[in-house]
Amino acid sequence: MAQNVQSGGVSTHEQSELDAAGAENFDAIIARDSRIEPRDWMPEAYRRSLVRQISQHAHSEIIGMQPEANWITRAPSLKRKSILMAKVQDEAGHGLYLYSAAETLGTSRDEMMDALVAGKARYSSIFNYPTPTWADMGAIGWMVDGAAICNQVPLCRASYGPYGRAMVRVCKEESFHQRQGFEILLELANGTPEQKEMAQDAVNRWYAPSLMMFGPPDDDSPNSKQSMAWNIKRFSNDELRSRFVGMMVEQVKVLGLTLPDTQIRFNEATKKWDHAPLDWEEFKEVLAGRGPCNAQRLERRRSAHEEGAWVREAATAYAEKQAAKNAQKVAA
Amino acid sequence: MTQSVGDSSASATRITPGNALRPEDIAQATRQGAAKASEDVAEYALRLGDDALILAQRLSHWISRAPELEEDVALGNIALDQLGHARSFLSYAGSAWGKSEDDLAYFRREPEFRSAHLFEQPNGDFAATIARQFIVANYQFPLYRELTRSSDPMLAAIAAKAVKEVDYHLDHSTQWVLRLAGGTQESRRRIIAGFKLMWPCVGELFEDDELTARLGDAGVVPSSLRAEFDRGVADVFTEAELDVPASPPATGGGRHGRHSEHMGYLLAEMQVLAREFPGASW
Repeated sequence: MAQNVQSGGVSTHEQSELDAAGAENFDAIIARDSRIEPRDWMPEAYRRSLVRQISQHAHSEIIGMQPEANWITRAPSLKRKSILMAKVQDEAGHGLYLYSAAETLGTSRDEMMDALVAGKARYSSIFNYPTPTWADMGAIGWMVDGAAICNQVPLCRASYGPYGRAMVRVCKEESFHQRQGFEILLELANGTPEQKEMAQDAVNRWYAPSLMMFGPPDDDSPNSKQSMAWNIKRFSNDELRSRFVGMMVEQVKVLGLTLPDTQIRFNEATKKWDHAPLDWEEFKEVLAGRGPCNAQRLERRRSAHEEGAWVREAATAYAEKQAAKNAQKVAA
Repeated sequence: MTQSVGDSSASATRITPGNALRPEDIAQATRQGAAKASEDVAEYALRLGDDALILAQRLSHWISRAPELEEDVALGNIALDQLGHARSFLSYAGSAWGKSEDDLAYFRREPEFRSAHLFEQPNGDFAATIARQFIVANYQFPLYRELTRSSDPMLAAIAAKAVKEVDYHLDHSTQWVLRLAGGTQESRRRIIAGFKLMWPCVGELFEDDELTARLGDAGVVPSSLRAEFDRGVADVFTEAELDVPASPPATGGGRHGRHSEHMGYLLAEMQVLAREFPGASW
């Protein structure tokens, strides 16, 4: 926010007094763990941090449609096809609520979308992994959506009102997504030997990337501390990761499958689940754009956006013509 | 279909026009022998089910590729509705032959599919998809509305649910025809091209044959829907200042298993995994 610039008839002096009052109010709201709303004063860094987080989250929903849309036309039963279509459609809906939440902070959806297709915005790097088999639909639902739920349930209490409220609805739908993923794996694990092998292979491939969804270890997570002080983030990356491991350890038994990690154990001293070290070099590589599908995902989003430009222009032109017609009618 | 469908037992009570009828209810009713289509009704249900299934397969390709996120959602919704109708019709058709919706969707060969050519036409650009959808909705809406009066209670019940959803599809495609025709020069050129491409497939939708004649009150005579279709199209085309394309009708044959060159690829993609693991459960 332009705190030192004179504008709109408000002097620099008056502006700094307004900011001081706003800052006091902001600090008080955070201190009593209440909610910041769009019209409240907020520090520029808080606004920037939220726009970054919410838009990355929205982009993840939108890019995340692709690895699953990959199997809609080949789903092996009509019931599965129907559930998968509904799920991918939900993700478009999540993208829409999240872009709307980010728009309340003064950044338009067009700006965010342009940044995404220009390759300037980030999204969850898990969606840069491919979905070569049907079992990936199960593993994404169970593990990727499961990790997302662990991350997102605490976000329902995020200090920024529109974000927290959007997350309530997102989480309800995610829990359905996770159950359908689990059910796909359960069916495969109890199916033919080839189906069971397909399920195990998918669990093996998605295990480490899903643990990395919680972000870098706490001692290497530059934004976490400030985010927690602002009541946006409630638990540390490692804390959430440990909870997720604990959840999977139990559920994988029901599936009759295994997790590809022999070092998982409950640590009595820390009361947390330990797991094998993760390959953070791979994480950084994928994040830097050198994952298996980065170029493909971005190109697909870019081409859908560009090939749809004439449709959006037509809708705008039509709306303008209709508005002009109506204005003429009113004048006449 | 037997009398027991009208009984007050839990699932059967839902199988009445106006109540939500899920494909699972129909599958259950047919498994329990509470609903069994006659051979002719099953053949007819297969036509309607295949139309909806093939269209759902086409439309679902737009999800994650649409011009706007709102259209990813809208086209996804329409695809889901069509898939729901397909599952209901196919489950019911299968009752005549002891087959499930999946047996029919995944394990029939191309000449056994009964969909009309329009439904298998490639998506093309957004305008071509909208042109196809506008024709489909103007055909399906009066069809399902009339079918709610079918002497076959199951067909009537499926149609009662479907007609409400197709009413929305009609609105969606109409709004887009108006926007594309009255938007920019580019969009107008494209919607005209889209209709030109799809129009040869219109005639087949309204062709009567021996089956539709034999069905009597159980079905809807296709040719009886043509006048309302033409009026519906004319209303929107007048507002959009579009001409009905002069393209001559193509030879159809879909109702008898003769399909266009596009169908083989569509079925290959749809059926590949199910056929790779025959007999597997998913």
